[in-house]
Parts: sequence; C-alpha cells; structure tokens
Amino acid sequence: MKNNLALAAILAAAFTVSACGSKGLKELPPPPGSDTFDSGVSGSGLGGAGVGAGTGVGGSSIIAGGSAGYDLTAKTVYFAYDSAEIDTAGQGVITNFSRYLSATAGAKLRLEGHTDERGSAEYNVALAERRAQTVAREMKAAGVTDGQLSIVSYGKERPAAPGSTEEAYAKNRRVEIVQP
Amino acid sequence: MKLLSRYFLLSLALFAGLAQAQLVIDVEGGDIGATPIAIVPFATSPDIAFDVAQIVDADLVRTGLFRSIPRADMLEKPSEPTKVDYRNWRAVGMDNLVIGSVRRSGQNIVVRFFLMDATRGVQLLGFDMPAVTPDQMRVVSHQIADLIYEKLTGNKGYFNTQIAYVTASGFGPGRRFELVVADADGYNPRSIATSREPLLSPAWSPDGKKLAFVGYERGRSSIYVNTLATGELKKLVSEKGINGAPAWSPDGSKMIVTLSFETNPDLYLIDLASGARRRLTEHYGIDTEAAISPDGLQVAFTSDRGGTPQIYLMSINGGEPRRLTFQGKQNLRPRYAPDGKSLVVVNAEGGKYTIASVDLQSGATRVITDGPQDESPSFAPNGTVVIYATAGRSNPELATVTTDGRVRQRLRQPGEVSQPAWGPVTR
Repeated sequence: MKNNLALAAILAAAFTVSACGSKGLKELPPPPGSDTFDSGVSGSGLGGAGVGAGTGVGGSSIIAGGSAGYDLTAKTVYFAYDSAEIDTAGQGVITNFSRYLSATAGAKLRLEGHTDERGSAEYNVALAERRAQTVAREMKAAGVTDGQLSIVSYGKERPAAPGSTEEAYAKNRRVEIVQP
Repeated sequence: MKLLSRYFLLSLALFAGLAQAQLVIDVEGGDIGATPIAIVPFATSPDIAFDVAQIVDADLVRTGLFRSIPRADMLEKPSEPTKVDYRNWRAVGMDNLVIGSVRRSGQNIVVRFFLMDATRGVQLLGFDMPAVTPDQMRVVSHQIADLIYEKLTGNKGYFNTQIAYVTASGFGPGRRFELVVADADGYNPRSIATSREPLLSPAWSPDGKKLAFVGYERGRSSIYVNTLATGELKKLVSEKGINGAPAWSPDGSKMIVTLSFETNPDLYLIDLASGARRRLTEHYGIDTEAAISPDGLQVAFTSDRGGTPQIYLMSINGGEPRRLTFQGKQNLRPRYAPDGKSLVVVNAEGGKYTIASVDLQSGATRVITDGPQDESPSFAPNGTVVIYATAGRSNPELATVTTDGRVRQRLRQPGEVSQPAWGPVTR
C-alpha cells in the first residue's frame, strides 16, 4: 500500500534522526527475562534504575558463589487462584532467601510477579504485583533491606508452563526470585 | 513527554514493515434473518486486476446480517442498472443487488457502483468513487461496503477501520511480543513494536492517529504513545511499579492510567498537554482498567475493594465510586458502548470467563459469548459488534460477536493473539 511505504520511509527517517539525539544513555544490553538463575545467560544487571552500563554478572553467580550454606535451589513462590497468600512451601523459599540476603549486604534480587492466564490482562498485572509485594514484605520483615529488592509485575504474559490445565495454572501463579 | 533515544528502540524495536503473519477470518454461523444480497463481479478492464465485489461481499457477509450467493449461481452479470433483468434475481431469492464497474479515467481509476432493490426494481444507491492509485482500491471497496451497510441497516459501517492487537510466541527466554495494527478484515498487518518483554493494553486515540500501549524496558514498565503516521514514540509515564491500562478521554486531551508507585494500583488522570497528573482513587484494593464514557463525564473501572474484582463507576473528577456489577463472581475490564448506555466486560462465573454486556442504568448483565477464556472486549465504532480475545484450538486467538450474541467470527494466525482494540472510523 502506498500509505505503508510512506510510513516506512518516515519511520526510517525517525530512526536515523533519533540516533543523534541520545541523552547520555549507554547502549543497552538485552532486556531481562532471560536472567533467571537457571538460564546461564548473563543478565543486564541494571535492575529498575534505567540508566547505567550493564555489569554483566553471571546468571548463576549466587548459587555458585557467595551463597554457600544457603539452600537457594527453590526460587519460586506459588499461589492459589486470585490470591496473594503465602503457603508453607512458599514461606520456606522466602526464609531461605531472606537469610541469604540479610547476611549478604551487597546482594540484590528482583521479584517477578505472575498469574495464570485467566481473567483480564491488567487486573492480572495488579494481582501479580500484589503477590510480589507480599513476598517483599515477608522478606523485609525477616531483615532484608528495601534496596536489596526490586519488583516487576508481568501478570499473565510470561507463563512458565503452557496449556490451559489446572496443573499449568498452578505453575504459572508465582513469584520468581531472579537476579536483576 | 520525552522523545526516546534510538537505544531504547534496540530493545523495543520499531518496525516499518509488514508483520510476519496475517489474521485469517472464519465466520461462524449467521443470522437466521440475514438479508439476501447478490454482489455481482464488477466489469473491469484486464489491466486492473482488482476484485472490488469480492471485498464488498466479504465485508457484508462477515457482519452476519447479510448472506450472498455464489457467482456460479448468478443467472446474469450486469454492470449497469439498465441491463438488469430483475426476474433473474428474484428467481434466486435475492432482495438486493450490487453491480458496478472499474475503469481508468486519465491518471485515476473510477469505481462506479449501484445498489438495487431487486424486489421493487429501483436504484437505492449510485456512486462514482475515485481511486487515485490501485493501492486505494481496498479503501474504496470498504467505503462501498460502508455505504451499502448504512443504507440497508441504518447503522454506520465500520469496514474502513483498523484493529490493534498483540501477538506472543515462545516460552521463557525465547518469548517474543509484537504489537500489530491491521485493517479490520485482517489485511495489511503492520508491526508497531516488538519486544522480548510483554506489550500490553493498546489504546487508540479518539482521532485514530495515536496508539498508547504498555511496554517494559529492563524490568520496568512504561506507558508509550506511538504516532502512527510518523512512528514517533514518546514515553508518557514510567513510575516505579505498575504503569498500565491507558484510557483516552473522548476529546483526546487526557488519559487515565493505572499507577502503583504511591501505594498500590490506583487511577490517575493525566492532562496530555501539560503533563499535570491527578490521583482519582485512593484505596488499598486494586483499582485498574479504567474506561471513560463517551460524554467524558464518567469513569468505569475494575476494583477488588469489595473482595472480588467488580466494575465500579465514578465521576471523571474522582469521588466515591459506586459498584455497578453484582452478577458474576468477577467482572473485569469495562469498555463503554458508543451510545454510552452499556458496557462490555469480562464476566467470570463457574470458572468460565465470558464477555457480557452490562446495562449502565440497571446493572443487568447479559452474557454474549461462551468462554471459557474470553477477555479484552472492544466495541466496533458503530457499537453493533465486539472484538475480544478467546481460547483457540491450540492458541489464544481473536473473535468477534454481534452485541445480540448471534453472529461470531474467529480471527487467527500462528502464535498467541490477544488484547484487540478496535480503532475509530478515520477515512
């Protein structure tokens, strides 16, 4: 379509022009999402701050390095339908990470909130944030400082398990504890 | 609002080209009382290889309000009113007849069409439609369908409109998101943004020139506004926490968004010219998914302040919200009908999520889809059809339903398709 070609040309121009207009930002490393402990992919290390160069911390450094003596193998807290209440298993995960963070002042973690696929997208973003905040509150009550935690809510957009079964839903209602 | 640097574009890439896949549309069922209409192939010269009648036919049949006949069953194929033998059309049960021609006129192409009442043998419409280039033939074809639709139903047509939607594919680190704008018949999909992180909540400005949406940049969400004609991308708001659910005011001057940086998700009104921001709700429950009424005076939104998510109404100036919905375990994500008399919402009951219409006076709730996983309803500009996301055979896909619940169609493509938003009539 002619309109499309025009749009393409203008977009290309906008792209070129804006290249000259950077405001002191460094080139960004890839966005997070691949930065879970299991992935082995180096994360950006930028957290939520939005400015600064990536630190390139290895994705598995916590497990391999300064976490000796802490059981950090379980990194996910699971939830019931439309709930942000933490069960016994989740409390165990939180306790383990809280002990590690309290004893390791420089360590920082990100809490990523998720829901199952049912319901509306933005309500799920809000529900998933509530879950992540509940985990953060529990950790802070156990001595973790504000500066060690950041929160992001993805709602239902990043499921851990495919499919529309109760089993998949249970795996997807979660807060993942990841390296920022 | 500040213009973003190109470095941002690296992570949330802008594309000018076509999206990778196109929606394929299936009509499911149809109205028993559908109006019979014959759309005869338009007479044309061999150098104009464009089938106007086929597009008009598809537009009208997709509404469910019309049924057409196959070309093979047509007893004649006239292109001028004087050549029509109405007996040939009454014989095959056709009440209405569309004929026409496509010819060159200097640099231009002119599409001429007539809508004839076959039972009375009279002309209802007759137009010459100029098309400057062959590329505009689709626009002209949709305009013809609009004119016929309005003449025969009394409602405005909506065939020259666009839809925005989000596609997602893959799991874990390989997951990719794409924000797409396509013609309402699925044709001509253009990629507006791609990202490795979620893209959410596309919202058309009332003039159809801008698209607001939610994106994430290194784990931080923001609301962006894309000017479609130029591709200019501005970051409207990026507070700590949730930046979500953008909703335009009818005059395009303001937006209500959901922010959680002060305490938890609440609604904020942003004046787009000045950037001035005012908090509209302040409650420990979740307040999100605002929509502004067509008269600009009222806000409908989702809140779980009563224990479960339900629809609440409030003045555009804030104040005490009033709960509207009581039928259903949950009611979510309202959108106003163009006449301002009802909402469409996501209704959850018995573990099933369906689309429901809610009367704004009485709160009476009428379910219009089957579920089990329907969400994100959005009205067509004339209010007769709602597009929504639904569970497909293997992946989430889009569907439309007439507001009486009778006629449906499915729009699918490879991958997961969700969050449709129907744009306004702009051409």
